[in-house]
Amino acid sequence: MSWISRGLIALASLIMIGIYFKPLWEITLYAPQYREGLRMIIWVNKITGGTPHDLRNINLLNHYVGMKKIDPDSIPELKILPVVFGFMIFLGLLTALTGSKKLLYTWVVLIIIIGIASLADFWWWEYDYGHDLNPHAPIKIPGMAYQPPMFGCKNLLNFKACAFPSTGTYLLAISGTIGVISAFIEILRGRKKA
Amino acid sequence: MKSKLKLTLFSAVAAGVVSLPSMAQSPAEKVYVPHGKHDEFYAFLSGGYNGQLSVYGLPSGRLLKVIPVFSVFPMNGYGYSEETKAMLMTSHGFIPWGDTHHPELSQTNGVPDGRWIFINENNTPRVARIDLKTFETTEILEIPFSGGNHASAFVTPDTKYITAATRFSVPIPQKDVPIAEYKKYFKGTLTFVRADQPGKMDIAFQILVPGYDYDLAHCGKGPSYGWCFFTSYNTEQAHTLLEINASMKDKDYIAAVNFKRAEECIAQGKYKEVKTKYAHNYRPDEGDRIARTEWKTSVKWIIPKECPGVIYFLPTPKSPHGVDVTPDGKYIIGGGKLATVIPIHSFDKMINAIKNKQFAGEVDGIPILKYEAINHCEIPNPCLGPLHTEFDDKGYAYTSCFISSDVVYYDYKKCKVLGHVPTYYSVGHLLIPGGDSAKPWGKYLLPMNKITKDVFLPTGPELPHAGQLYDISADVKNTKPQFLLDLTELGEPHYAQAIPASILAPKSLKIFELEKNTHPYATKSEEEAKVVRKGNEVHIYMTAIRSHFTPDNIEGVRVGDTVYFHVTNIEQDWDIPHGFAVYGARTSNLLIMPGETLTLKWKPQKPGVYPFYCTDFCSALHQEMQGYIRVSPKGSKVPIKYGTGEEMHVVK
Repeated sequence: MSWISRGLIALASLIMIGIYFKPLWEITLYAPQYREGLRMIIWVNKITGGTPHDLRNINLLNHYVGMKKIDPDSIPELKILPVVFGFMIFLGLLTALTGSKKLLYTWVVLIIIIGIASLADFWWWEYDYGHDLNPHAPIKIPGMAYQPPMFGCKNLLNFKACAFPSTGTYLLAISGTIGVISAFIEILRGRKKA
Repeated sequence: MKSKLKLTLFSAVAAGVVSLPSMAQSPAEKVYVPHGKHDEFYAFLSGGYNGQLSVYGLPSGRLLKVIPVFSVFPMNGYGYSEETKAMLMTSHGFIPWGDTHHPELSQTNGVPDGRWIFINENNTPRVARIDLKTFETTEILEIPFSGGNHASAFVTPDTKYITAATRFSVPIPQKDVPIAEYKKYFKGTLTFVRADQPGKMDIAFQILVPGYDYDLAHCGKGPSYGWCFFTSYNTEQAHTLLEINASMKDKDYIAAVNFKRAEECIAQGKYKEVKTKYAHNYRPDEGDRIARTEWKTSVKWIIPKECPGVIYFLPTPKSPHGVDVTPDGKYIIGGGKLATVIPIHSFDKMINAIKNKQFAGEVDGIPILKYEAINHCEIPNPCLGPLHTEFDDKGYAYTSCFISSDVVYYDYKKCKVLGHVPTYYSVGHLLIPGGDSAKPWGKYLLPMNKITKDVFLPTGPELPHAGQLYDISADVKNTKPQFLLDLTELGEPHYAQAIPASILAPKSLKIFELEKNTHPYATKSEEEAKVVRKGNEVHIYMTAIRSHFTPDNIEGVRVGDTVYFHVTNIEQDWDIPHGFAVYGARTSNLLIMPGETLTLKWKPQKPGVYPFYCTDFCSALHQEMQGYIRVSPKGSKVPIKYGTGEEMHVVK
């Protein structure tokens, strides 16, 4: 491995550390009486509110249509993902240290799989919250589901729900891209030599 | 063609006129606050005989809130709930009504700072502190050895003290004497209440003074810091038909009190400790938020003879009402209610007169200064019946004139009248934001009137009081104040205060943090809800959240029990209060703010099943927010049973 690609994979790993400090995704609910929006912020290891009470208030409003309570303690992803990304950071740094191409390609393949799996899991999580409704909910509208969007805004009864990736996701994307570039450099160098 | 040209020309001229500053905007434009915008000032108008304090927005004149202070308020349970009823405790027992007069904002360096607003009760002498994060009354102190606490609650520029005084002199200490022996037994007190620490209001000292009627007060600032001024009337010491008998003399007095001197005398032990009993009621604005009464047992009296230099009398024509100190602290304006002039005293001259002993006499050890030695000037023929004065930021004073129903404004240094504006009718107090402080925000003037008659739609014999809002932002030397709006008022506003919204609005509390609620009966989650019997008392630990109570079915209560509903609103969202009312309660409803616990005491009279419900439309399923409590006959064996939904808990 060249020093450049070793440097790049090290950089990619270091950037990834940022996701422990920055949120991954933000979902904001707007309504006439919530002009400022109720905000739910998804981190790698927790879910918080825009204010200390936003999550509680989102849950309170959701119970009218029978949505499950969002309880960060009962979401296994929030326990698994920090370990997964911790492993990736470790693996990236190990790659830079050893200069092993095999490890580099493994890293790139893994990060792509993790990225796609995380998005798919997030979509499934949103689908489940929006569709698995308590049959005894006070407000029942036939055919209505409350799955929030992943990108952009969507009207859900009196609420406009808007979701966008946040800094952490952008950091992951940058980290992944740098990793991929590092791998490309190695592939190109391999071809030249051949 | 021609008409089109004319129209264009007319429009151009009209546009030019409209674009002229100040008067160009119509009154309607100046008071209209569109949706999405807020008022520029908070105004606090006392409610007089309703015992409350009204909060308005200016310039819109919108009523924002009524803060209960000395009167019970069934709308939110103030004075009825177990947490608030101690606020109205006095040495005469629980008193459900009071007469609020003079609100005054706390100050730092003579400028309103928006921490608290104080207000006095005239009838059973008391002073109160209202917290301006919660807009709630948090503290009430009873004033012993007093009658008619009118010259109150005026602050010193550092809010160290607020004033109190006897408008109605009484036998001090109280005793059973013939009223005709007024001159022998009746005395007055000027009281200084320590006010700079919430929860620690206390009487610092009382100065024993002759038995006159002490009417209003204001404290000095800047050069006159350390002094407070109290007007008096009835120096004739009449005890009947005062309208004639107390209007004999040409001059009565403004009492000038040097409170720094009083502090020295206290430090030197030149005071008399007197035993008495008075209530200090405090409801903290966080924690358990339970009002408690602390009984205080003594006060310190300062006798003027034994503490020379503590008080002087400034002769002032005639039965003066208001006493107001200019923003620079240099002049003291007396509202010579029956005088044909407005007398302005000079603080510098007063100090010189004291130094040079320019005395005209003495009463009970209190030197009377020579009028000529202290008087800066008399505003000649200002109006009829001058009462109160406020100031703008341009060096002008505005005095309300009851008899002539107008406000006169003048240059108080040059003693020159600039003009008059009418009031509808018979103006009492008047307000300029910060108008009695060291830094007035001289944008609006609000005279508050005693007679309304035809100003509004008639509502039977009893009418709302009216106030007139004027724009005084232009230099009133050249531009007459512009009349903007008639305001309806609640009760009878005496004094009022206003402060820029930018100071108060950002601090306004949205919810009480449930985590910080330390009420002994707080129920912080539905799992903790329970019903506990203690002899004849049944304590219901209840939660309220959209849209149910937990528990909402309760059994096992018996006639003869005293039931306490301790309801905790476990919401943590802004503007989601829940109400609570139960059939047959002889108290009121509760209005419980998010994170707060309030308690309703209920003594069921007859067996049966009684509904309770949420009184504040809280959500789409508010109508469903209801429950039942079963009352069994005395001696019944029905066990305590409670719950919400499927699970019922039985207490064996």
